[in-house]
Amino acid sequence: MPLSRIASQSHASNLLKPLSTALSLRRSISSDSTTPLTIETSLPFTSHKCDAPPRAVDTSASELFSFFRDMATMRRMEISADSLYKAKLIRGFCHLYDGQEAVAVGMEAAITKKDAIITAYRDHCTFVGRGGTLLEVFGELMGRTCGGSKGKGGSMHLYRKQDSFYGGHGIVGAQIPLGCGLAFAQRYSKEENVTFTMYGDGAANQGQLFEALNMAALWDLPAILVCENNHYGMGTAEWRASKSPAYYKRGDYVPGLKVDGMDVLAVKQACKFAKEHALKNGPLILEMDTYRYHGHSMSDPGSTYRTRDEISGVRQERDPIERVRKLLLAHDIASEKELKDLEKQVRKDVDDAIAKAKESPMPDPSELFTHVYVKGLGAESFGADRKEVRATLP
Amino acid sequence: MAALFQAPTAFSSSNSLDSNKFNHSPSPRSLSERKSSILTVRSDARSNPLLNSAAHKPHRFITNAVATKPDTSLASTSSKPGHELLLFEALREGLEEEMERDPRVCVMGEDVGHYGGSYKVTKGLATKFGDLRVLDTPIAENSFTGMGIGAAMTGLRPIIEGMNMGFLLLAFNQISNNCGMLHYTSGGQFKIPVVIRGPGGVGRQLGAEHSQRLESYFQSIPGIQMVACSTPYNAKGLMKAAIRSENPVILFEHVLLYNLKDRIPDEEYVLSLEEAEMVRPGEHVTILTYSRMRYHVMQAAKTLVNKGYDPEVIDIRSLKPFDLHTIGKSVKKTHRVLIVEECMRTGGIGASLTAAITENFNDDLDAPIVCLSSQDVPTPYAGTLEEWTVVQPAQIVTAVEQLCQ
Repeated sequence: MPLSRIASQSHASNLLKPLSTALSLRRSISSDSTTPLTIETSLPFTSHKCDAPPRAVDTSASELFSFFRDMATMRRMEISADSLYKAKLIRGFCHLYDGQEAVAVGMEAAITKKDAIITAYRDHCTFVGRGGTLLEVFGELMGRTCGGSKGKGGSMHLYRKQDSFYGGHGIVGAQIPLGCGLAFAQRYSKEENVTFTMYGDGAANQGQLFEALNMAALWDLPAILVCENNHYGMGTAEWRASKSPAYYKRGDYVPGLKVDGMDVLAVKQACKFAKEHALKNGPLILEMDTYRYHGHSMSDPGSTYRTRDEISGVRQERDPIERVRKLLLAHDIASEKELKDLEKQVRKDVDDAIAKAKESPMPDPSELFTHVYVKGLGAESFGADRKEVRATLP
Repeated sequence: MAALFQAPTAFSSSNSLDSNKFNHSPSPRSLSERKSSILTVRSDARSNPLLNSAAHKPHRFITNAVATKPDTSLASTSSKPGHELLLFEALREGLEEEMERDPRVCVMGEDVGHYGGSYKVTKGLATKFGDLRVLDTPIAENSFTGMGIGAAMTGLRPIIEGMNMGFLLLAFNQISNNCGMLHYTSGGQFKIPVVIRGPGGVGRQLGAEHSQRLESYFQSIPGIQMVACSTPYNAKGLMKAAIRSENPVILFEHVLLYNLKDRIPDEEYVLSLEEAEMVRPGEHVTILTYSRMRYHVMQAAKTLVNKGYDPEVIDIRSLKPFDLHTIGKSVKKTHRVLIVEECMRTGGIGASLTAAITENFNDDLDAPIVCLSSQDVPTPYAGTLEEWTVVQPAQIVTAVEQLCQ
């Protein structure tokens, strides 16, 4: 099995560590190299009504290195958000994505910024993957003006229009018809782009999903529905909520693909395949088999409905960042020290962003009334004296 | 499957206007012959000289809410300016003009395309603009409303039709959370220029579920605007304004008003979404109304005038936000207010309007505001019971008499 092969190789390289650091100048592949590498995914794809893509994924050293860096940044960001929440700097709802980073990073590797992504409330990492900065995330989580939505949206409402990231939605499943609409607009304007509409295993039981699937299939919309199956809909395990937990098959007439969501290369391959498929044949369902280490949100400990052994088991066996670390070490793209230094740098970047976000001010009270309406045709007068509605706050 | 779609003529600005395909019966002129000058019209008709010569004369009112009898001045049709049409045709005209003007405007709803619309508002448009721009959706209000909103986030301008406004209750989450709030929660990044329209109101024995008045449910959603049309003239103007607006607009039509016939100008005109319409100026009492109740009020006004009262009738048109400027001017003149609405008594438009007027113009009122609304009951099927659920002209006359004592 490929994983055990890599594990034994890294074990070997640990033993030879003093020698390899001395020989680091003569490393065969550097972390900047774009020479193609082909790596097999750890698990085969399971398909429904379509041909599965090949397991051999084309990548490069620099891409693998960027995967590691991006996932490490996301992981560090989510862990810091945990501490900020406990310090009461983040209030309300905070849904953390750690464990699922491979889905966001792998998807970005396969698509362009013109392809649209829309997701639900577990959106911090997807936002960063689309081009959002750490400052914007922490600013928005803490409700400051430097936030992505100027502090008015919060954790569940991060958007990035210029990079085609459409959020950030609080109501379970409501983003699925919106995603269908994004795909409709892409078809209407005849752009060769696709929309990735993401939802969870809990939302997979919403009626609007099937309504949207029907319409997408009827009109051949370039919509790819991605079910991030982390096996728990808040506190309810998937087998207790769904009669058929094979979410990739639920589309019936819509083809589906089941992907190991903890393997960033598998995600990349699947998304690439999905984009080609959607542009030619219409919608497709991707089920990403993934896992979240935190509970559903910060108010959920995450251990009342699953055992700590299960969580630590997945962390040991399937953690996405560890997998890429092993690949990097096995292919001699980076040394242990370099990766550790990178993680230190990431930690510093995240801390810097938090410090800067803390300095940013809270929104001005007048901001309460801005952005409710857009200034458009005739939208001038609202109050008794034809001035804008502005109440004086005490 | 793909063969169903004609190539959308969306981006060719020179759409050929084949007037043979037009099902535009009473109009003697086709769309292409009309002048393309735009004028924004204020509701105070007297200030605009152009209007006085056109159909909308302030003192003429249509008393029968379902006017299907032929116009008595048919012989002199060609000599009067403008053209005559029914309200649903006026809506269609406005829609068609906007679809020609902007390739991003599209329609989606049940049976809007090949069937031509259940109330014929979109008749002929699918043949002209293609199946993608006039989209027949499956019966899935929640998701096609969401789809329209998602398309609007990217820049398209969809018009979402609910076959009956009551069906849009299924899409309430999409309308409230996504349509109304996305501009705010994204910090201004996304605009949602959708128009959500459909017929509502109490019809002729349609039953409880098909006689709903949703303006009371939608009115507290932040971020949306609501307008109600009542004549062919304001139907076309409000439809065009709603499509051009960058905000989400809910346009309330009424099932019983679709066959109203009136004369509207040939020139292109757009009305303001936030303005009320002065139907009949007066001195004694301000009667505020909208949609179908306007006709009950005007019928009552005839009786009141015979009894010596001089009511001022204002069709508020804009349900959110209220045109407090026009209303305030009127209250300061008459000092008495009667609100006549078709909404339920509890939490309806009248309740909000009463609060707004009391808050802003309390010193100008000589008497408490009287609000006549429908009863807080599901609309019954039996004709006599249904009549008693809504406000009738006789009740309006009694209320004015009591108010003016």
